[in-house]
Amino acid sequence: MESLQYLSPTTQFVLFSALKILVVFGVVMTGVAYAVLVERKVSAWIQDRVGPNRTSPFFVDYIPVIGPFLVRLGIFQPMADGLKFMLKEDFTPNYVRKVYFWLAPAITVVPALMTVAVIPFGSTLGSEKMVIADLNVGILYTFGIVSLGVYGIVLAGYASNSKYPFLGGIRSSAQMISYEIAMGLSVVPIFLLSESLNLGDIVKYQADHGWMILKQPVAFVIFLIAAFAETNRLPFDLPESETELVGGYHTEYSSMKFALFFLGEYANMIASSAMMVTLFCGGWTLPGTLLSTPSASFLVGLLHIGVFLAKMAVFMVVFIWVRWMLPRFRYDQLMDIGWRRFIPVALANILLTAVVVAL
Amino acid sequence: MSTKVVDRSPLTFYERTYLPAILGGLKVTAKHFADTVFKGKSVTMQYPEERWVVPEGYRGAPYLVKDQDGATKCVSCQLCEFVCPPKAIRITPPGADGQPADRRNAEKMPKEFEINMLRCIFCGMCQEVCPEEAIFLQKDYSLTGESRTEMVFNKEKLLKLGGTHAGIQKWKHKLEEAEAQETFPVQTR
Repeated sequence: MESLQYLSPTTQFVLFSALKILVVFGVVMTGVAYAVLVERKVSAWIQDRVGPNRTSPFFVDYIPVIGPFLVRLGIFQPMADGLKFMLKEDFTPNYVRKVYFWLAPAITVVPALMTVAVIPFGSTLGSEKMVIADLNVGILYTFGIVSLGVYGIVLAGYASNSKYPFLGGIRSSAQMISYEIAMGLSVVPIFLLSESLNLGDIVKYQADHGWMILKQPVAFVIFLIAAFAETNRLPFDLPESETELVGGYHTEYSSMKFALFFLGEYANMIASSAMMVTLFCGGWTLPGTLLSTPSASFLVGLLHIGVFLAKMAVFMVVFIWVRWMLPRFRYDQLMDIGWRRFIPVALANILLTAVVVAL
Repeated sequence: MSTKVVDRSPLTFYERTYLPAILGGLKVTAKHFADTVFKGKSVTMQYPEERWVVPEGYRGAPYLVKDQDGATKCVSCQLCEFVCPPKAIRITPPGADGQPADRRNAEKMPKEFEINMLRCIFCGMCQEVCPEEAIFLQKDYSLTGESRTEMVFNKEKLLKLGGTHAGIQKWKHKLEEAEAQETFPVQTR
């Protein structure tokens, strides 16, 4: 740490940012892998099944007592899943538009990962702020990037040159566009209250004045439902809808390219969970304890990150849980809810909040 | 015929908010989750370790059985070989100067008795036709092997898998009677 002081501020910034990016990227990737596992396990339990419980790599024998238990929980399953994706044949059908076909998975994943950059996932470690990019327009950046994600899906639908992906792509574009607006409008009252677009300031405001979920329950509900639609999760998984569109936009994809779509979906879930925690549930703070203020102590800093991850995990489980509760919406019902219910409600909510703030 | 008029009244405002459906769904899924995780009420059977207990009279793989003394019951009559619809059974008879039967009241036993389990359809005709009650469909239903030749079960293997069938002792009393004949005090008038 001593030697770091002799470096110029720019070098320090680059160094720390690179470090944070690497760590966050690693955590998100691990998160994605284990989100898949949790999804499979929770789905199984809800359906009275057991779920993955067989993967036991050779080193399990060296783990005493808890080894077999971990195997039954399927802790090693993500490794096998990852390996499987690597080893599968990467098949490109002859009739696809090759350039876009290759581009689409990347366009899906990159925005999903970029959203995480502005999320304050902890207070400070030492003197470093625990956010990759502390932007003053954080939320605008997020919405700008998130809406790029839809291009990946639309492009996949177009490039596949096949009917099911095409229908998936069309549905996706209509769905994403309508829910994007409701989502954007739903968070405006939060900025009216917190008087800042910086996500760090919003967390700080919530630590001082109480969580937004209590002050803006309507905004939270709209954001939550819009987040389901944005991440293509049931009951809004129209672009994918296995039962009617085979695999939707990724019907023609295989191997790593398919894995990238998969990864993008789960990274999106993680990103929107993180957004909901930050905007509505107080980010890394925990009211009533000393965890609600930034601290110089390294341990408290780590605890803050832990609190954030725990809250995020709760939202991830909600995402998975809801999947087995509701049937898929019909296309017109989906648009109806988006345009004719949520947008007016969100606008009314803005108006009401503005009046209350002005008074 | 009584008819039932189904209530199709329009949804109330509360119902149209989707809330009752969502809450009901949460309840059902949460209950199943808790039952599976905490009470272990899973419907899954961990197959290779746990297996179905097949009911009485189940027609599994046919095996040869031994009699109560551990001797081969089969007398190499070849009826099963002829009746077998998929031609899965092949019997090599002992021949004129072959090995004699290992039970006392039989003339011969097969030199080799093969059932190709890949051909066998578990129909049970061999069991039905057997005059000696030497072959029975037993309870094995999942036979595996690494090659085709491995799936042709020979006499030794079939007898080992079949075990002893002491329930039906067709020839036991006949033998006793025959033996009794030898020493029967013939009354002379």
